[in-house]
Amino acid sequence: MLHTVNKSSFERNSLQSCLNTIDDTSVILLIEDGVISAAKNNNSSMIADLATQGRVYALKGDVEARGISSKLADNIKLVDYAGFVDLVVEHGTAVSWV
Amino acid sequence: MSTKKFMYLNRRSSFGTVYALESLEVVLIAAAFEQDVSLAFIDDGVYQIVEGQNTDGIGMKNFSKTYHALGDYEINKLYVSAESLEERGLTEEDLMPLVYEDEDDDWEEKPSVKIVSNAELSKIMSEQDVCLSF
Repeated sequence: MLHTVNKSSFERNSLQSCLNTIDDTSVILLIEDGVISAAKNNNSSMIADLATQGRVYALKGDVEARGISSKLADNIKLVDYAGFVDLVVEHGTAVSWV
Repeated sequence: MSTKKFMYLNRRSSFGTVYALESLEVVLIAAAFEQDVSLAFIDDGVYQIVEGQNTDGIGMKNFSKTYHALGDYEINKLYVSAESLEERGLTEEDLMPLVYEDEDDDWEEKPSVKIVSNAELSKIMSEQDVCLSF
């Protein structure tokens, strides 16, 4: 499954809710304010393990809009909109943690 | 017209919601009415003034440049929460170098941004006539 998270983990608990319930094969795509969780910060540990497994993506345009391109945590994979579509196709059912 | 002390609390980042842009609009209106305006950037609001924002990839207006104009409206008290910066792995060097020209000091360019602790911010807030949170 593909899980998209579009809220900052500092402001909402949607990333945590997502992490609490996803299975071992799911991947997470951080979009909109969700990309704040892709930066190195006090919340980075939330997704560090998943990122090491190559299961955390972030939408490039949203990262660049927030000026955090140079501050990404380790092993975050950047994708563009075409990459977003590829993830949807590859992983089937998508859940939007709005 | 009487002057009041207005403080605008900016708590959200720029593009996920419309709060940041709306706050900026209201700030400029208050400045047009020659009020004493301060801005505070707390929580994810600190991302509003991060240097190097590029919105080409999301098709939204990059209004971060507007913060550079605040100095010309005599808005030169921009307080940034040190705790909020640190939680987000950011430092003062990651912020836009926002300045104003000090008319009492031969128009010398001075920094508008001041990093403050939440305790200092709390004191500054208590000195305001009006605090508006966005």
